[in-house]
Amino acid sequence: MIEYLRSHPDKIINPFIEHIELVLVTLVISVAIAVILTMLCVRFERLGFILLQLFSVIYSIPSLALFALLIPITGLGFKTAVIVLVFYNQYLLLRNFLVGIGEVDPAVTEAAKGIGMKPMQVLWKIQVPLARKALFAGIRLAVISTIGIGTIASSINAGGLGDLLFDGLRTMNTVKILWGSILSAGLAIGINALLKYISDRDSSQTGHEREP
Amino acid sequence: MEAIAYQGVTKKFNNSEVNSVDHVSATIAEGEFITILGSSGCGKTTLLKMTNRLYEPTEGKIILFGEDISTVDPIVVRRRMGYVIQQVGLFPHMTIEDNIAAIPKLSKWDKERINNRVTELLELIDLDPATYRKRYPSQLSGGQQQRVGLARALVTDPKIMLMDEPFGAIDAITRLNLQNELKKIHDEMKKTFLLVTHDINEAFKLGDRVMIMNAGRLLQFDTPRNIVQNPADEFVDTLIRSARDQEEFWEAVKI
Amino acid sequence: MWQKMCEYIADNYMKILLQVRDHLVISLLALAAAVIIGVPIGYLASKSAKGEKYLTVPFQMLRVVPSLAILVLLIPVMGTGIKPAMTALTVLAIPPILLNTVVGFREVPAFMVESASGIGMTDREVLKKVRIPMALPMILAGIRTGLVEIIASATLAAKIGAGGLGEIIFTGLGLNRPDLLLIGGILVALLSLGSGFLFDHIVGRALPYKNLKE
Repeated sequence: MIEYLRSHPDKIINPFIEHIELVLVTLVISVAIAVILTMLCVRFERLGFILLQLFSVIYSIPSLALFALLIPITGLGFKTAVIVLVFYNQYLLLRNFLVGIGEVDPAVTEAAKGIGMKPMQVLWKIQVPLARKALFAGIRLAVISTIGIGTIASSINAGGLGDLLFDGLRTMNTVKILWGSILSAGLAIGINALLKYISDRDSSQTGHEREP
Repeated sequence: MEAIAYQGVTKKFNNSEVNSVDHVSATIAEGEFITILGSSGCGKTTLLKMTNRLYEPTEGKIILFGEDISTVDPIVVRRRMGYVIQQVGLFPHMTIEDNIAAIPKLSKWDKERINNRVTELLELIDLDPATYRKRYPSQLSGGQQQRVGLARALVTDPKIMLMDEPFGAIDAITRLNLQNELKKIHDEMKKTFLLVTHDINEAFKLGDRVMIMNAGRLLQFDTPRNIVQNPADEFVDTLIRSARDQEEFWEAVKI
Repeated sequence: MWQKMCEYIADNYMKILLQVRDHLVISLLALAAAVIIGVPIGYLASKSAKGEKYLTVPFQMLRVVPSLAILVLLIPVMGTGIKPAMTALTVLAIPPILLNTVVGFREVPAFMVESASGIGMTDREVLKKVRIPMALPMILAGIRTGLVEIIASATLAAKIGAGGLGEIIFTGLGLNRPDLLLIGGILVALLSLGSGFLFDHIVGRALPYKNLKE
């Protein structure tokens, strides 16, 4: 295995870098959209309910099926993969964001309103800092989910560690299969542990994470 | 006949330096309503839980109707007694009927007997059987839930009822009603009641005799009148004076 | 496009039905195996703090491993076909079922157990009448998560020769046939949503006290 890494370093390192790229691009877009949606949902409560229902339906559609359904519209490749991954993440992010913010003690938000804060000020100055553990847990779940489903995105030519797995499978190349499995599992376990560690270090706050 | 006799009953928990219950001796006659009064951590709940063998004493004996309970299977001991706790502990996945009938069903009573008993008990606790039988605990108010808890404890017609702060989580007005009903039930049934409380008014109102406990020790065990007239020590004296102070406050705000 | 899809379905409906059947059979067998393994181990783990720590940590790690990696990793050991697919799907579904079982039993309030033994239930009766029924909603939620994950990953299992609806999608990808992609995608989505819905319906029937208006 080490030999394969020495002789074909690019064949292992490139998919790894592509995978991280896919995760990062997806994460940035997902969080940006989720923040906007959360702000809207704080303003209009019914919207939150409707969006969560919608995203939970999308979330329970298997990724390969969602890829398949989008290809006729957006084609093969990186773009389609990111769209699907962003949709999945909306469920994880929005749910954790809304639950986290909803669990902030209403007495505290009442007090903030009472001293004259506007709704968006209450959100950013009070609710977000108090709920940051739950918000962070949502992001952690989204990252892990993206790393996992990202491997499947290789089947629609989006690159990443899935290439190693699918190639290894097609050519029955055990070394590739092992590298693909170790790197993708290691990436997921490592990032999960890292993000949990960061969150625990900042442990003065209460908050709940919701596993899907 | 002596219903309960505590003989030097002591409990020391493994993780504790001191005795949670410290050489308590007392005898209770059949049909008495005994209240056990004390602040949290005084050992009153521990004493109660040793009475139905949820805890085992480290030292001493508990005799029920002449029988040392350490020689009787705990399950048998418990089925001879009713047990009610503050959190009620109704099983959320069972209807009111099934909650009350939990033990009769396990003891394989026949259907008709169970049905009749449930009806009888629902009437006793003032819940219309037709309306409440098939409801689930979450559909009842806190006070109604505790009534059902009482009915569940009474179902096997036990001679002794153990109650641990049964009205502790219930609002003041409902609590008054429930206290009155409990007193009425006791008067009608002539069972031996043991009720643990930290509320001095509740203890003195309900108890034929009151056990006052502090730091694991039984300080005084007497009728409310005797306790008020002859407090055994400073602690009991302070306790009574604090209740008097409140009374004076109420007198003062009367017009 | 619509016409092409209809034609394919008309020509291949027997084959599609068999693929649906394969997909369901693989999924349900794997789920059953995961329940048989996950629930008892979860119960045992919930009984001691130590067991809980040593058992839940590895399963929490297993939970974040990408499903494709688990599916493919078995190939060098077990070859292709239904056997490695079933094994992988079972392994995938064990963590959510096991972890939820642990939480379910742990979250039965102590006072509930106390009041059950207080009215004279034996330990067995407390387990049967109180602890298991009270842990059940949480366990069922874990089984539902496992079910949805299995159905999704069974799509991928087509790639390792286990059959099922994934075949249609992978064929569509290989031949660049959007009609097959749509048929496969819609069927898989329906199967996943439908089984989730059916599961909820059955659970709702079985646990009437869970959806009461208070």
